[in-house]
Amino acid sequence: MSTDQVVTGTAAAVSHESSAQLRRRNRSRSRLGSVGFHVGSLALTAVVLYPALWMLMSSLKPSSEIVGNVSLVPTGASLDNFVTALNGIGGVSFWTFFWNSVILAVGSVVGIALSSSVSAYAFARINFPGRNLWFSLMIGTLLLPFHVVIIPQYIVFNNLGLVNTFVPLLIGKFLAAEAFFVFLMVQFMRNLPRELDEAARIDGAGHIRIFTAIMLPLMKPALVTASIFAFIWSWNDFFGPLLYLKDPSLFSLPVALRIFVDQTSTSDYGAQMAMAVLALIPVLLFFLVFQRYLVAGVATQGLKG
Amino acid sequence: MALTDRVTRTGGLTATPSSSALKRRRRGAETRAGYAFLAPWLLGFLALTAGPMLASLYLAFTDYNLFSAPEWIGLDNFRTLLEDPRFAQSAKVTVIYALVGTPVKLVAALAVAMLLNNARRGQGFYRSVFYAPSLIGASVSIAIVWKAMFIDRGIIDQIGQNFGFEAGGWVGNPSMTMPMFVLLATWQFGAPMVIFLAGLKQIPAELYEASSVDGAGPVRKFFSITLPMLSPVLFFNLLLETINSFQVFASAFIISGGTGGPAGSTLFYTLYLYMRGFVDFRMGYASAMAWVLVVVVGLLTLIFFRTSRYWVHYSGEAK
Repeated sequence: MSTDQVVTGTAAAVSHESSAQLRRRNRSRSRLGSVGFHVGSLALTAVVLYPALWMLMSSLKPSSEIVGNVSLVPTGASLDNFVTALNGIGGVSFWTFFWNSVILAVGSVVGIALSSSVSAYAFARINFPGRNLWFSLMIGTLLLPFHVVIIPQYIVFNNLGLVNTFVPLLIGKFLAAEAFFVFLMVQFMRNLPRELDEAARIDGAGHIRIFTAIMLPLMKPALVTASIFAFIWSWNDFFGPLLYLKDPSLFSLPVALRIFVDQTSTSDYGAQMAMAVLALIPVLLFFLVFQRYLVAGVATQGLKG
Repeated sequence: MALTDRVTRTGGLTATPSSSALKRRRRGAETRAGYAFLAPWLLGFLALTAGPMLASLYLAFTDYNLFSAPEWIGLDNFRTLLEDPRFAQSAKVTVIYALVGTPVKLVAALAVAMLLNNARRGQGFYRSVFYAPSLIGASVSIAIVWKAMFIDRGIIDQIGQNFGFEAGGWVGNPSMTMPMFVLLATWQFGAPMVIFLAGLKQIPAELYEASSVDGAGPVRKFFSITLPMLSPVLFFNLLLETINSFQVFASAFIISGGTGGPAGSTLFYTLYLYMRGFVDFRMGYASAMAWVLVVVVGLLTLIFFRTSRYWVHYSGEAK
């Protein structure tokens, strides 16, 4: 509802100043203002980036130099911390955790892209009895606290012997359990011209053909946005893997990080920082490559990071 | 579904299908297609959301530890909740965090959005940089960094001392953990900022021009134009951020080492629910906690929407 406002609102064009006089006055004012703006923004950038830079630089320092060291520049940079981090925990290599995270994240992307787009097509393009009821139930789950489903889910997966597998972490993605993604795609699909499917209908195409040949190619921007968020959310997820993964060889990076923090002596901040950096690299790469999609996705859909 | 199915099939059998029978058959086909496409979501909704919700509602009235059958105990879990000091503490921590952290974060987001909105160049760059923390803020990595930065005699302590502020430690000091979490929330101002920025761009420049002609200053413009025009976006951000603030887990878990300490000052609601349900295996009790949260979130959402007509202004609607 309120999301609708934002979504439809952003589609409108940005208006601009009309009179030349105003523009001239604005320009002379913006000379001064723009210096102030950049000084302010750069200062804020420094504050915002400081924790990330401090983490990166700390990962290059010996542990004794980290706590209480405000300076970003290491006196003697070394990669020792990364060697410790890559050794992993209790005989399980860092790369095992890394691949587990990759499998979970890629599985999430595939599952969400498939299930959400198919279900969204039903909501956006097919008329059938009960559709409005199901749609309002789907909207209702957007704000539902996840707490209320995790306990019975755990009990069922435990009884099925699926604890300590990736199944509980992935099955929801293949069943479009995250309403946000369905909603995002329904909104996108509703803005696609209906004439397209009507023309295809007259040519005798069925829903499967309309969906695969017309809708899916046009939905690329929504699919990309959903995939990026699905990847990053899965990559950062801590609660799910903490519940369901017990065997260290199945750990995803966040759970491994937690064990790593518990096991290394509390003073070995260097290795902890190195592992924290390694765990964030894929997310940061995704961000650098896809930041336009990400920011546009947030602006139009109100998605949370 | 079965009924419409049968109807269409008999309709199809008649030798000369009338137009209404054709229409009915077509509708039946649409229904089948609709449910076929809806199947993934519908199955997930029934098996992973609706079913578990009902199950946890039942479990909330039982004593269940995963190993023996659930035992019906009526309202006992809810009575125990009322007397459980740890539950009261977790509710208190979470409510304070929501009441302080959300407004602070949103004020920061709005201020920066207004700063960026005036920019001619560099806006895209700053917008991306400021958004980045929202993507990683809830991760274990950042929780570890936050803990190392705010540790007693750590860098934040030192920076504070340089400005004459003696915090007396953050991570180990029960009275400073909340400000630490509020700062972590504020650091992630980027996501609501991007939404505010999109909203600011929708405000017609004519409104500001007209008010300039009338001699309105920047403060007057903010309260008479920006804020009312932005209220739908503000409403959306406020609702979403408030509900998100009930879900803090990874950072509290990592920073307190899974204990919610020191002195229960980081015992966020989700963390306490996890401890009860999955450390003590008191699943009935944890289910009761979950349902209390659902009721609270439901009421909050209702209040938000009910009061919105008094303070949310939708343009195009007669005032």
